[in-house]
Amino acid sequence: MQEIIDYPSNPELAKKLLVKLLALSERYIDKYGRRPVIMEVCGSHTMALARTGLKSILKDHVNLISGPGCPVCVTDQISIDAMIELTEGENRIICSFGDMMRVPGTKRSLMESKTAGKDIRVIYSPLDSVTIAEENPDKEVVFLGIGFETTIPILAATLKTADERNVKNFSMWVTTKLVEPILRTLLDSKKVTIDGFLLPGHVSIVLGKNSYNFLVEEYNVPGVISGFESVEMISGLYKLIEMLMIDDIHIINDHKKIVTDEGNVYAQRLMQQYLEPVDEAWRGIGVIKNSGLDIKKEYEHLNAKKRFNITVGEPRKTKCRCGEVISGLISPNECSLFAKSCHPINPIGPCMVSTEGSCAAYYQYMRED
Amino acid sequence: MSEKISLAHGDGGELAHKLIQDVFVNAFRHFEQSKLDSAILSCDADKIAISTDTFVVSPIFYPGGNIGKLAVAGTVNDIAVSGAVPHYLTSGFIIEEGFLLKDLIEIVESMATEAKKAGVSIIAGDTKVVEAGSADGIYINTTGFGSIKKDRIDPDKMQAGDSIIISGTLGDHGIAILAARGELGIKTELKSDCASLNYMIDAVLKTSDKVRIMRDPTRGGLATTLVEICEDFHVSMEIREEDIPVKREVHGACDILGYEPIYLANEGKIIFIVAKSDEQKVLDTIRDFTEGVDAKIIGEITDVGSSKLFLRTELGTTRRLNRLSGILLPRIC
Repeated sequence: MQEIIDYPSNPELAKKLLVKLLALSERYIDKYGRRPVIMEVCGSHTMALARTGLKSILKDHVNLISGPGCPVCVTDQISIDAMIELTEGENRIICSFGDMMRVPGTKRSLMESKTAGKDIRVIYSPLDSVTIAEENPDKEVVFLGIGFETTIPILAATLKTADERNVKNFSMWVTTKLVEPILRTLLDSKKVTIDGFLLPGHVSIVLGKNSYNFLVEEYNVPGVISGFESVEMISGLYKLIEMLMIDDIHIINDHKKIVTDEGNVYAQRLMQQYLEPVDEAWRGIGVIKNSGLDIKKEYEHLNAKKRFNITVGEPRKTKCRCGEVISGLISPNECSLFAKSCHPINPIGPCMVSTEGSCAAYYQYMRED
Repeated sequence: MSEKISLAHGDGGELAHKLIQDVFVNAFRHFEQSKLDSAILSCDADKIAISTDTFVVSPIFYPGGNIGKLAVAGTVNDIAVSGAVPHYLTSGFIIEEGFLLKDLIEIVESMATEAKKAGVSIIAGDTKVVEAGSADGIYINTTGFGSIKKDRIDPDKMQAGDSIIISGTLGDHGIAILAARGELGIKTELKSDCASLNYMIDAVLKTSDKVRIMRDPTRGGLATTLVEICEDFHVSMEIREEDIPVKREVHGACDILGYEPIYLANEGKIIFIVAKSDEQKVLDTIRDFTEGVDAKIIGEITDVGSSKLFLRTELGTTRRLNRLSGILLPRIC
């Protein structure tokens, strides 16, 4: 366990590997006449690549594009408006992950609702919201459940806890997203060339290596499951480019200590027990069939969408290009709002709010002026 | 005396008098000053340094200290980093009705202990009690007074090559407080680094007459404080990631919570910027103090005229560091 906690921060090894990666990518450029295009699927990778300086070092060698794997960033504005609308009722406590607080809706953000006196609580573990419900039996407690498969099992565990403890005043507003449908959508759209995927270690713990086989079998695109330390990300990128160079396309599990072929079967079963596939709207991309999970009918007493009658209008049009950023079509500084009217103190789009957002990563770590 | 603070403790009447005499005067020993509306002081100095700070930390008690210790050490350090010798503090209390008297006594006693440790006297104070719900337990304001006989620091002399020294590990206070709030589901043995460092600072100033500037990296952490120095004095700096001292527990908590140690609050650390020629003796002096054993040279001034802070990452690349912005943090000081 200790070696999992004390992750391999090995600057010397990383520096040596980096030299090899740079040389390999130069050979790739010689062979193909352009940089390899690697999408880091997950926002945590986007942040880690920027924080360690890898994005800057590699900019002439590898075209690293940020993918859609930041749950706040892909949450559609209508969903955000609905969550904010939810705070308007009397006698309610709304619990949320911190990242959601400052995402602007059409009229306001959750933070602004909180300032206006609404009882909105930032929690770290969704299970805490069940405890809050038990401690406040005269109030309706709603948890705003967003996330990918990394988080969804915890949401399912929260539903299970509330159900088993028979907590009547608890419900969840679920807006979750799945990895496979969005990767398929990006690859099918053909708007952006993707030579390979740097796949996130944490979501892969749940999904397992085999869940990515479709990339190879149907799209002939390689992937490497990678951790978030410099040395791991460099290793992942090296292996991706190596596969492309010798045209030996498969999925490599570079995170074997904690990722298995099948993933966390218990977590998968928990998700399947409480949740079922639904069509989900992705910010700036649109509705994708069966791309999310929502609460099953038999547990609809825990579903905030059924419990409260929330209506929202049309979202306000802004010049925010988050949708293009998370599809890998543009980099954050190509948006006309970036670092001008949109910055972390006054974010216009969710990519600038979330600690995993591409725009926030770019603003925090890659801005020179 | 009742167990809990009531509104009557702040109304200027009998109970208020008793509270002041039994708790504050008894701990702070300012019998004479408390008889007048002002404390009258004489001062033998060319210049006087004054600094004020209000403390609203939650929780009020945490591993390594409490709001009272923090209120003394925080202001003592603000005075000392200005190159002044701290002498006196005032203290103002806003207490929520229903606050436990025994907690107030514990806070006031730790203020007295910390003041004694720092060699300062608490010479004036004020107490207000507000209705339950109008405040979160207790808030404390302290104002400090220090004297400067001769200027001992000179920020305008900062030049390329000057060394940046930090007196110990970063982020201990920030993570200790976050963990103590119990909302994040993390447990740690970490203690807040909260401490008065005026004697350390005095020793450094006696060792070297080439100390350019000193700052305590509290809210916003090391990075934000250095950005402020860069902008205020038009210098650029580079700090080296691999030399920045961070405890393993702080690294671990930051990984989980998405924070960076260089942006976390400290309450017992000092940044010294000194001439390169004096870096070793200043470092040795800091390390002679218990609070300074982990001190490190972490970077240098790279340019005068521009105003940018850079971090050299472990991979050898540099990236620009900006102020802390837009990260949700609870009340930490």
